[in-house]
Amino acid sequence: MQKILKYVIIDILRNKIVIGYTLFLLAITMSIFNLEDQSTKGLLSLLNIILIVVPLVCILFSAIYVYNSSEFIELLVSQPIKRSTILLSMFTGLSFSMVVAFLIGTGIPILLFEPTSTGITMMGMGVLLTLIFVSVALLTAVYARDKAKGIGWVILLWLYFSLLFDGLILFILYQFSDYPLEKAMVGVSALNPIDLSRILVLLKMDVSAMMGYTGAIFRNFFGTQYGFWIAIAVMLMWAFIPLFITLRKFKRKDL
Amino acid sequence: MGGPVTMKKIFIVLLCCLIFKTGSTAILKVGKGMPYTTIKSALQAAVDGDVIYVYPGLYQEQNIIIDKRITLKGVQFPTLDGEKKYEVLSIKAHGVWVEGLRVIRSGVSSIKDMGGIKVYDANDVTIQNNILEETFFGIYIQYGSRCNILRNRVYSSQKTEQQSGNGIHAWKSDSLQISGNLIQGHRDGIYLEFATHSNITENISEGNLRYGLHFMFSHDNHYYANVFSDNGAGVAVMYSQRVEMRYNVFKDNWGDAAYGLLLKEMSDCKIENNHFQKNTVGIYLEGASRISMKENNFELNGWAMKLMASCMDVNVTRCNFLSNTFDVGTNGSLVLNHFKNNYWDKYEGYDLNRNGEGDVPYRPVSLFSMVIEKNPPAMILIRSFMATLLDRTEKMIPTITPENLKDESPMMKPLKL
Repeated sequence: MQKILKYVIIDILRNKIVIGYTLFLLAITMSIFNLEDQSTKGLLSLLNIILIVVPLVCILFSAIYVYNSSEFIELLVSQPIKRSTILLSMFTGLSFSMVVAFLIGTGIPILLFEPTSTGITMMGMGVLLTLIFVSVALLTAVYARDKAKGIGWVILLWLYFSLLFDGLILFILYQFSDYPLEKAMVGVSALNPIDLSRILVLLKMDVSAMMGYTGAIFRNFFGTQYGFWIAIAVMLMWAFIPLFITLRKFKRKDL
Repeated sequence: MGGPVTMKKIFIVLLCCLIFKTGSTAILKVGKGMPYTTIKSALQAAVDGDVIYVYPGLYQEQNIIIDKRITLKGVQFPTLDGEKKYEVLSIKAHGVWVEGLRVIRSGVSSIKDMGGIKVYDANDVTIQNNILEETFFGIYIQYGSRCNILRNRVYSSQKTEQQSGNGIHAWKSDSLQISGNLIQGHRDGIYLEFATHSNITENISEGNLRYGLHFMFSHDNHYYANVFSDNGAGVAVMYSQRVEMRYNVFKDNWGDAAYGLLLKEMSDCKIENNHFQKNTVGIYLEGASRISMKENNFELNGWAMKLMASCMDVNVTRCNFLSNTFDVGTNGSLVLNHFKNNYWDKYEGYDLNRNGEGDVPYRPVSLFSMVIEKNPPAMILIRSFMATLLDRTEKMIPTITPENLKDESPMMKPLKL
């Protein structure tokens, strides 16, 4: 496994896209912290980067990478190596390089300029989102044989998680505005890792607004140690359940 | 020619006054080894104009009633203990002066409003430099005029609203001066009802269960340079007219129903040069009319301002809005209020003629804040891509947010306040 992992990582690094991603994050984060005179505003812009750019890059790059290395995968499958080992090395290699890129690009500036609990939470959420979207990308790439179709799916999934899901929530909220939906919303937020990480970061940041009636309900759940760890567990499930499904599918897949 | 004569006359009159005054003022000392061992016995012996000095010690004398025009002065804070049963000091005479006492443990009663120091129907009373600890009501003025409550420290650690009284409480009073007091841990820090023409200045009211300041039907009062922080529900003021609030600080009032300052049915008020910091809602206006809000600073609030459609002629000028989650929230499309020359940190306009004012109007009400007003659970979408997108489109073509709620000439740079 180590050998495959090494090849995957070297291959990704040779790709230069990850290096570009790192530099891009670094440049944006540094400029945000340097330009904004109020640190809350800086953190807010950074939150948008983490919630939009990180999932997009992770899901697209991972999917494209898997499609491009289909020949390499076929070669490996012909060797006496377990299929699960191959897939897990792919996942580990991809997520490792994306996480490192994120930590260098965003983590270092955060530690330099904003080493508060909000900053650290943001970093943690970025790492978790990276894992989740790499895993979702693998799932799509394994299920959709055609590259164009797969990439289309991946973009659609990203759009769904970052925009359509929220639109759907808003629609439901308006349709059922006569019912008390506050508590249900806590559960619904678990269905979207991007929402979940946004709420966790905001609870650290926008405390005053979140303390309103609804905010108080979120706070009572996510604000406690217990709720926080549940949310983290849900995020981890978002990373590992798609991976598990992918693994099962990949084992039986006719390549 | 008449000059020296009048001078002489004045001198004689003054001398007479002096003699008269010193002649009538006796000093009564209370304490261990002093002529009087109890305050009550000294009070009995005293006549109008006397001074009673109370020396350090513990005085448990149940309810002490002052019904003569005397001065009661503590030397190094003697302790007057109400043993959790009695009202400690009751003042029932005009012109009484109470100073330097430590009043503790007054009785708690929900029928009779027991105070640490309570003034009944008396004018010109001065209560200053006292320490009150664990009293039910701290200082209570009932039907008092021209009373001064200065530099007292009123502490309590009450647990529930039902079982607690107010720090400084005034009822049907006039021309009070409440200054430099520190009030902690009561139900309401300062509570005024039917108290008029009063000055409330430089007080600190913090960590109270309900409101830091609460008043109703109290007209023509002035509130200068007070600090109201960390109270259960902030500050709420209602049904009053011609109130002036300047240089006050309202901060750290967090919670479900906490407001930095809540104005309900208020009119002709001036709210100027105040600081609103880290409140769930900085200032909430309902049914308010003819309010001038000038040069206030709103920073790090959830909502800087919630302006309900029932308000009229609220003029917001030259205020700073910095790092608030939402600048202004409202509940309807009717707008009879005006915003002008404020600085909004979310403003993205330009200033071509370089006069310091933006050329395009700023709309402080975001679509998303309207959505939350109508549908509170939508708070879950705060700061999401979706919400940002909605706000952007709404900024281009306003449809749901009130068209007239806008600042025609927002400032380009923060005002120095």
